Amino acid sequence: MQIEINLNGKKVSIKVKKNEMLADTLRAHGVYSIRKGCDTACCGLCTVWVEEKPVLSCAFLSLKAQGKSITTLEGLQEEAEAFAQHLVAEGSEQCGFCSPGFIMTVLAMKRELKNPSDEEIIHYLTGNLCRCTGYLGQLRAIKKYLGVAQHEFCR
Amino acid sequence: MFTLKEFVQPKSVEEAYEILISGRNNTVLGGTAFLRMGSKKIGTAVDISKLELNGVKDAGSLIEIGACTALREVETHPLLIDHFDGAVSDSVKNIIGVQFRNIATVGASVFSKYGFSDLLTVLLALDTEVELFKAGRLPLDAFLKSPCEKDILMRLFIKKNGRNVSYQYLRNSASDYPVLNAAVSKLGSQWTVAVGARPQRAAIAMKASEALSNSSNRENPEYYANMAADELRFGTNARGTAQYRHAMCKVLVKRAIMEVLQCR
Ligand SMILES: Cc1cc2nc3c(=O)[nH]c(=O)nc-3n(C[C@H](O)[C@H](O)[C@H](O)COP(=O)(O)OP(=O)(O)OC[C@H]3O[C@@H](n4cnc5c(N)ncnc54)[C@H](O)[C@@H]3O)c2cc1C
Ligand code: FES
Ligand code: FES
Repeated sequence: MQIEINLNGKKVSIKVKKNEMLADTLRAHGVYSIRKGCDTACCGLCTVWVEEKPVLSCAFLSLKAQGKSITTLEGLQEEAEAFAQHLVAEGSEQCGFCSPGFIMTVLAMKRELKNPSDEEIIHYLTGNLCRCTGYLGQLRAIKKYLGVAQHEFCR
Repeated sequence: MFTLKEFVQPKSVEEAYEILISGRNNTVLGGTAFLRMGSKKIGTAVDISKLELNGVKDAGSLIEIGACTALREVETHPLLIDHFDGAVSDSVKNIIGVQFRNIATVGASVFSKYGFSDLLTVLLALDTEVELFKAGRLPLDAFLKSPCEKDILMRLFIKKNGRNVSYQYLRNSASDYPVLNAAVSKLGSQWTVAVGARPQRAAIAMKASEALSNSSNRENPEYYANMAADELRFGTNARGTAQYRHAMCKVLVKRAIMEVLQCR
């Protein structure tokens, strides 16, 4: 079946299998920021935005994306780079495998939460797993990026 | 991963139901987050997302929640933060992550009667009704005890009667399935104790609820918590043994009673 979506601001028409999930559809369409890190909807690596909301593209049926606007990391290059600089400065990007989904979630959080506390940041990012960093570096980077670094770090 | 032969997006619930019952393997699609974990061979997949069953509404003496409402909306909707001591909102907060909760729906969570459900336990301790297309409107407790038949869950209604409620859970790690959960509520002198993830589906501890309701002295919450643990059945799975759940039930129910006692 054919679906029409608005992908990073451009209208595209893509052929999909009836049981295909959005992660596979987008990757086959050349959106290489999309990766899958698990088979159980729990790593967050495949995060994209559907109608501006972060969702797991591995669990989102492509047919249900018909007519919707989809944003991936490719559509947020400038913002992503600005945040990535904070990640690098805090030494919190190591293998980088988790980064696309992590960055998509951080940028969504920036739009959704005003002046978040440590607890709110951690809660928003519970669904993004990282095997390398231990999370504290990521938390420092996020707080500097959001301009809330004056808040106490949680212990 | 499931397979499917046909995909339809009906415009009315009548049409959706007709298609659903017209083939044995025809299946309703909620957010598909759970379905994708299995390997069901679906005939016609009935996507109900165009039926306007979305959102949380204030319906006078009730709060109405549409079946297609995402769990994240349950978590963040001001009506659900402000009512029911925030416990309905709190109950879904630990289900995977924000991106998962933006997909998974309330209707699927309730209709599937999952044993591990966080949401069902708190809904059971409140005055909740479900509205199904075929079976009509019935109390949640009656729905949970009824045999599973093909139907479409359309809405939930929770009475805004000022019932106080506390929701407690135990997880081995954040965002994992709960090992056990409990909700205790009180309206006037009437108490309800519900325990879920036993790992069987949530049930009301009738004796403990009755004893709490009939007692004038609740200085010893442990007594009622022990009663709840002793009257309910617990099972063993990868997350914990029956014995462990029995012990933890005492802790969670006691904490919930103490919290409710503090709401005056
Ligand atoms: C990895 C994972 C972890 C989870 N952890 C937890 C947890 O810790 N706590 C918790 O409470 N829950 C948990 N859940 C369950 C989750 O919260 C949802 O309840 C579940 O994903 C179903 O929602 P869905 O919209 O994805 O349903 P789907 O996958 O779309 O559907 C599930 C079933 O419900 C049926 N269905 C859907 N909508 C309706 C309707 N309106 N009427 C009738 N039938 C319907 C479908 O036919 C299907 O059989 C978890 C789920 C997953 C996949
Ligand atoms: S690939 Fe792990 S959550 Fe989607
Ligand atoms: S940096 Fe390696 S998984 Fe996150």
